[in-house]
Amino acid sequence: MAQLLQFLFSGVTVGAIYALVALGFALIYNASHVINFAQGEFVMLGGLATVGFVAAGLPLAPAALLAILLTILVGFALQKFAVEPARGASVVSIIIITIGASIFFRGGAQVIWGKDFHRLPAFTGEDPILIGGAALLPQSLWVIGVSAVVVVALRWFFGSTLAGKAMLAVSHNRLAAELCGISVNRVLLLSFGLSGGLGALAGILIAPITLTSYQVGTMLGLKGFCAAIVGGLGSGPGAIVGGLVLGIAEAMAAGYISSAYKDAVAFVAILVVLVVMPGGIFGKKGTERV
Amino acid sequence: MAGFWTARRAGLAALALAIAVLPLLLPNKFYFNMAILIGLNAIVCVGLNLLIGYAGQISLGHAAFFGLGAYASAVFSAKLGWHPLISMAAGAVMVSLLAFAVARPILKLKGHYLAMATLGLGIIISIVLNRELDVTGGPDGMPVPRIRFGDVRVRGEHTWYWIVGVALWLSVWLSLNLIESPIGRALRAVHGSEVAASTLGIDVARAKSFVFVVSAAYASIAGSLTAHYLEFVTPSEAGFLRSVEFVTMVVLGGMASTYGAVIGAAILTALPQALAAFHDYEHLVFGAILMATMILMPKGLVPTLVERFRGSKS
Repeated sequence: MAQLLQFLFSGVTVGAIYALVALGFALIYNASHVINFAQGEFVMLGGLATVGFVAAGLPLAPAALLAILLTILVGFALQKFAVEPARGASVVSIIIITIGASIFFRGGAQVIWGKDFHRLPAFTGEDPILIGGAALLPQSLWVIGVSAVVVVALRWFFGSTLAGKAMLAVSHNRLAAELCGISVNRVLLLSFGLSGGLGALAGILIAPITLTSYQVGTMLGLKGFCAAIVGGLGSGPGAIVGGLVLGIAEAMAAGYISSAYKDAVAFVAILVVLVVMPGGIFGKKGTERV
Repeated sequence: MAGFWTARRAGLAALALAIAVLPLLLPNKFYFNMAILIGLNAIVCVGLNLLIGYAGQISLGHAAFFGLGAYASAVFSAKLGWHPLISMAAGAVMVSLLAFAVARPILKLKGHYLAMATLGLGIIISIVLNRELDVTGGPDGMPVPRIRFGDVRVRGEHTWYWIVGVALWLSVWLSLNLIESPIGRALRAVHGSEVAASTLGIDVARAKSFVFVVSAAYASIAGSLTAHYLEFVTPSEAGFLRSVEFVTMVVLGGMASTYGAVIGAAILTALPQALAAFHDYEHLVFGAILMATMILMPKGLVPTLVERFRGSKS
């Protein structure tokens, strides 16, 4: 029982991170129908930039804030200089542009921070809390708590602010939104910035638990992508549920089946989901127009 | 004469000429090695181009087929003592069967979903290759025996250049023939519109899985050849980044252009070598070049240049 609880704790922690990454995918996908393969690099940049600012002598909180701002700017730049100029290109071309961006960011991070793993101190202490015989890291509580706050904040953003409603409008019908006077370009810029900020936050939260390096983005990004599709591409609740389901499944598989094949869980799940219910758990039932 | 020298035959003759003349221009082993690697990648890309360029289906997992071919050659010939050619054939059959088994459910998907499913498949295979230490040697890789016929050992850059050159020419020839055949026309129809194609009596699912299997077999054979040439194989050959590399070669060269695939392979194989001068900045520059090319020439190099050339003539 204690063991099950232990796996559940680590599963929910990782799952919350996947959920944040998946939300980032969903934000950009909804606004622009682009799958941003550089999403994982936002996560990496957030973690490493915080490590950099802390090393430069800043306290953790301002360092984290600066890192998030920096990644938001990177998100803006990605939309402005790489995705927007290629508007109208095919899905494959845009996939390759964002993959190019991810290689570019990885290369940049490698130049700035080197190839080593870096460690960020835990926000509040390293002593695990014992619950029902299972150990829970205080950092896990930070991960879960902040993710929950982000979800509530996003709900408020989309439900009650003009910018959020404009984003929803663009995701429903781009042309109609444009005709209502919404600047689509500004919405797209916002979606990339927001998504960059979410990614960076995820990277900062997880860095004290898993260490961080210029390469961590690839796997986190791909698994976040899996979570987004498992939940239903473009669905907010879907991204959260997808992330948690994947995180827990991964922890259980690592504990009870084989830790060597832990990384395969997300990808097996994605194949099963895509073949059995292509729209994902919360996906819209697609009808094809000819 | 004009009837005989169709664009297809002229192209094949030009390719044969280029392969025959190139060794005269290559100054040393370093360049021979690069030419061989370009040829091997080009074989994968010619196959992948049938899937991406002609049938309009993306695969972000083709390196897995390449890697499986390489490991089939390695394992069958090193551990079971089979002749490398038999290992290679067995690998290609195995990979084709695997591709056939997964093709129908996976190719029902479209766009991002198809990208994700092929990506997932590729990553699962590369994880298996990494983890099954007893068979594959794990992340460190394993040595691959040299091809030999009796006492004659196949070795040296010059010998391999001709082997790969002939293999590349054959794969281009096969690909061009396929494109001109009824199945090739069916594939282009599928690319245009699946619904329209099926109303014309084309079995869309069958056409798609056929081209998927063919492109997987191309990748498998190129993987086997690469393994025997390098005499070593590591799981990174089957990894996600390798898959991305192959797709990028195809798209950069120009989709639905067989020679474009070859040129894309040449550029992207040679570029990292050229960028090695930048040391730490290699990835940074590579990523920037990739983005810039796709933004400026979304259709790819060869089609864009051909259009420009035609435009300036008229």
